[in-house]
Amino acid sequence: MRLGLIFKLFRSAASIQRKRMILTVTAIAWGTISIVLLLSFGEGLKHTLTAGSTGLGEGIAICWPGETQKAFRGFPAGREINVLPEDADLLTQNIPEMEAASGEMQTWGAQLSYGRQNLNKRVVGVHPQWGKLRNQVPESGGRFLNQLDHDLKRRVAFLGWEIKQDLFGDEPAVGKTFTINRVPFTVIGVMKDKIQMGTYGGPDKNNTVIPISTFEALLGRRYVNVMVWKPRTPELMEHTKRRFYEVLGAKYRFDPTDERAIGIWDTVESQRMTANMSVGIEIFLGIIGALTLLIGGVGVANIMYAAITHRTREIGVLMAIGARKSYVMGPLVVESLALTFLGGIIGIGIGGALVQGLAYLQQNAQSEAMEFLGTPTFSLPVAATTVLLLGTIGFIAGYFPSRRAVSIQPAEVLRYE
Amino acid sequence: MSESNGALIEMKGISKVYDTGKLQVEALTGIDLTVREREFVSIVGPSGSGKSTLLNIIGCLDTPTDGSYRLGGEEVAGFGGDRLADVRNRKIGFIFQSFNLLPQITAYDNVELPLLFKGTSARERKRRVEDLFERVGLADRMAHKPTELSGGQMQRVAIARALACDPDLILADEPTGNLDSNSGADILHVFQDLAEAGNTLLVITHDNAIAQRTERMVTLQDGRITGDGPV
Repeated sequence: MRLGLIFKLFRSAASIQRKRMILTVTAIAWGTISIVLLLSFGEGLKHTLTAGSTGLGEGIAICWPGETQKAFRGFPAGREINVLPEDADLLTQNIPEMEAASGEMQTWGAQLSYGRQNLNKRVVGVHPQWGKLRNQVPESGGRFLNQLDHDLKRRVAFLGWEIKQDLFGDEPAVGKTFTINRVPFTVIGVMKDKIQMGTYGGPDKNNTVIPISTFEALLGRRYVNVMVWKPRTPELMEHTKRRFYEVLGAKYRFDPTDERAIGIWDTVESQRMTANMSVGIEIFLGIIGALTLLIGGVGVANIMYAAITHRTREIGVLMAIGARKSYVMGPLVVESLALTFLGGIIGIGIGGALVQGLAYLQQNAQSEAMEFLGTPTFSLPVAATTVLLLGTIGFIAGYFPSRRAVSIQPAEVLRYE
Repeated sequence: MSESNGALIEMKGISKVYDTGKLQVEALTGIDLTVREREFVSIVGPSGSGKSTLLNIIGCLDTPTDGSYRLGGEEVAGFGGDRLADVRNRKIGFIFQSFNLLPQITAYDNVELPLLFKGTSARERKRRVEDLFERVGLADRMAHKPTELSGGQMQRVAIARALACDPDLILADEPTGNLDSNSGADILHVFQDLAEAGNTLLVITHDNAIAQRTERMVTLQDGRITGDGPV
């Protein structure tokens, strides 16, 4: 009964102010498009920032052996600490909280040749665990280094996509043989394109990665340049760092509180900062969008105000024949909500289509700025935020003018001629 | 339905002051008025004498500034909002000079509205509305919009609407004021029929012909009752 009543009244309330309605719906649609675009780009940028900050590796620690700063058990300060590749195993065996560890040896001036191509580039030697730690995802048809490569000191290489392009051009590289310092190596995989914001030494796309055992033999190295490891969860980072110093401090005889003996770059911390930054950007974009949508809301409030003034007499009649306040206000609020949501649906439709279109353009664009902007994403939180804002605006725009109308005595309203 | 003495309206010391900011206008002063059930009363007086204000207060469309108003034994002067809306819905049928039908919906829907507000069941509403149209002689016009009806027909629809919830009291503010003489005579017949059927009616009028047909005439001048007696 009540529902039927609301609709019956709503029908009687359906106003003739078509043009004004169209303008209002347009304003709401416009505001919705703005907020959908802004939030979608915010979402895309957040993805890029998250992916970029984890491009280097998720929740990893990167360590550089250095010099002691504190005197320890008769040793003076200023002693150089050198770490061996085998220490990766020592660490994972002694620290259960450590998920994986890998040594990394680097050389900057290796000579890479394939056919007539001759390049002077970076080569790194690593443990097989390094691939997972440092997010090295192979393109299909290839793989990363494995334990057998390491054990047999195979002459195999995993290439960054840019170095692959430089050496092999567009032809497939996996299975091909090239030389590093005139020693032949077989390409076993090429790294997939990724967004990487943090680097040390250089971006992964320019790396030529070989087994650390092969590296040692080829270049006669003994010590690692870098040690990369990861705790089982980001929360264990602080504990694992302490244990790391204790284990290596015991072996190399340095004070476990001497953080200069081995420097650690803790990416958990920087990734948290990036996450906070992206939330900040989203809030900022959301506020701008909400303000734009609010302009549309003022439009709805304006039309409802005008419509209610226009219908003052009808409201008076309804009240005179015994309509309770809610019977009069209900349909008006419903109408306001309907106008808002109509605009909102149109806006979400157009905004969603624009987002799809821009995402398509962006994916096919070559520009790095566009790549960093990320793929705009119309996600559930974006939709929920928009709907919530629209609902609030529609309700307020209908509620207050209609409440004003029904709180006047019917005699006074009916006097309007 | 009301108290044993049969008084439907009991007003004591009713006054109404319009506060326009700078100026306070006293529309009604010290009105004492008692109307019994089944009475047919006309209220006459020059324009600005407070007739409409009095009728609005009787019809609960407005509230008095001061005084006591008992309707069917119930003090309504202090009522507000939805309680007053329910009184208007169930106890009072109001007929306006300019009909005040809602133009966007059909005559049928206009008459059905008070029953919807009252919460009458759908089947009962249909029966009641059709019956009312039969009574005002417009059974063949139910599906028309008010704009498709003549003035006299519109006023008859308005009467049907006023009668929808079987009110204790029927109020009319210049019901023939916007009608030609033929239609006016028609409406007057309807009122006489209603009075004969035992309804309580109060009619504001300029028209002596109407006032002469009523049983009792209340005269207002400058917001006071200056005459009250049988016609």
